[in-house]
Amino acid sequence: MTDAAPHSIQVRISGLRKSYGEQLVLKGIDFSVERGEIFVVMGPSGSGKSVLLRHIIGLEEPDQGDILFDGRSILQSEVARQYRLAMVFQSGALLNYLTVGQNVGLYLQEHRLRKPEEIDRIVTEKLDLLGLKGVKDKLPGELSGGMNKRVAIARALVIDPQLVLYDEPTSELDPLMTITIGEEILNLKARIHVTSIVVTHDRELAFGVADRLAIMDDGQILFVGTPDEVRRSQHPFIRRFLNADFKAKAISDLS
Amino acid sequence: MFQNIGEILLLLWRTFCALPQSFRQRKMIFEQLFEIGNRSLLMACILSLFIGGVVALQSGPVLAERGIASALGGLVGISLAKELSPVMMAILIAGRIGSAMAAEIGSMRVYQEVDALRTMNINPIHYLVLPRITAICIAMPLLVIFSMLVGWMGGGFVAVANHRIALTFQTFFSNLHDVVQLKDVANGLIKSLAFAFVIGTVSCHQGLTTIGGPRGIGRSVTKAVVNSIVLILILDYYITRVMLAFDND
Repeated sequence: MTDAAPHSIQVRISGLRKSYGEQLVLKGIDFSVERGEIFVVMGPSGSGKSVLLRHIIGLEEPDQGDILFDGRSILQSEVARQYRLAMVFQSGALLNYLTVGQNVGLYLQEHRLRKPEEIDRIVTEKLDLLGLKGVKDKLPGELSGGMNKRVAIARALVIDPQLVLYDEPTSELDPLMTITIGEEILNLKARIHVTSIVVTHDRELAFGVADRLAIMDDGQILFVGTPDEVRRSQHPFIRRFLNADFKAKAISDLS
Repeated sequence: MFQNIGEILLLLWRTFCALPQSFRQRKMIFEQLFEIGNRSLLMACILSLFIGGVVALQSGPVLAERGIASALGGLVGISLAKELSPVMMAILIAGRIGSAMAAEIGSMRVYQEVDALRTMNINPIHYLVLPRITAICIAMPLLVIFSMLVGWMGGGFVAVANHRIALTFQTFFSNLHDVVQLKDVANGLIKSLAFAFVIGTVSCHQGLTTIGGPRGIGRSVTKAVVNSIVLILILDYYITRVMLAFDND
């Protein structure tokens, strides 16, 4: 990893295809994300959003297509290693047997990048940044879902990332905590100008944080545009997805 | 099946290649060592005491009828050193520790913690597999030595207490001392080391290939224990054949 690299990166996905056995999950994905942009990929469950993120972070290899950071293909692992990437997983993915502090400092400690006392200082700083004072010595199991998500974000920040990927960051969270997480994503952009790709089916979060949005369904990108452009889209699926609402009255009439 | 064997051998090779990293993971190795060694001592003690006792109980009266009861010490000593202690300890550790390894790594895999490590450029083999395999390879031979000593004591107690055998401690252990050689103990320790590799690698492999939530974790645990025990017994046969060939030379 090079310190000389700029603090955010441009991402381009080109013709990405992936299948598991007979099932084609990504059917030729194309889009690009500019430096420092918050790009939201929105779509229903099972549309291939998380698989797309796993390709960008390097956890999966595509069958076809390419992923480029600043114009360089990252499918060669030595190129990918030159960039600092972080991912906030849907489940938080904190190591349960480590304390919050050890989880947040894990990257620095395992790569021997700082002295223990310096790691401690950085961990405290990142936890404070996310409003998590006094939880450093607790285990992840002792925290609420929202706090775990924020610890996961703190762990991502320790890497000093150029690209942060968020996989359903507000799933299982109440509306107030959803707003808090959304504000954190916006704060990070303001503070460190990091490029962010957020995968979600939460409409409030998506329109609240996105610079641009992509709507994805059945392994394909249906539309890419600013939040206003998406709202104005007449695509039938997008209209249905954005206007989906619980019709309690209709159900009570039936009963 | 062949794919599984290939993956297990590859994992073992990668762990060997990562051995120079062991010192960096010493804290986790010590934690695992405590779990595998210290926390298994009581079970190992009970198991070994009764195995030594039952070997003496079964063979002592038969030897006594033929007037060679004094050979019991050697018989118990050899059977425990070369066969029973390594195999029984391996089965105990496969059930107690192999299952725990598969469950722990399996749940880390299911709940994306292994993926999280990869995104931080932390190699799961270095971080999760290496400490466990290193610890089990240190702990197993030590447990087997402990098991041999306790098993011999168990055999001795039965030889003294059983009126049909009616040996003294001195006769029992004097014969054991005459018959059991250092190479017999070494034979058992070599076996235990091989079994440790089998348990560690099979269990970690099952954990790392877990898919499908809690049911998948349960499946991995079962497969880790069953596959380890089957492999231990097959390997025991072949190691014994090799050792006997060396003995005959």
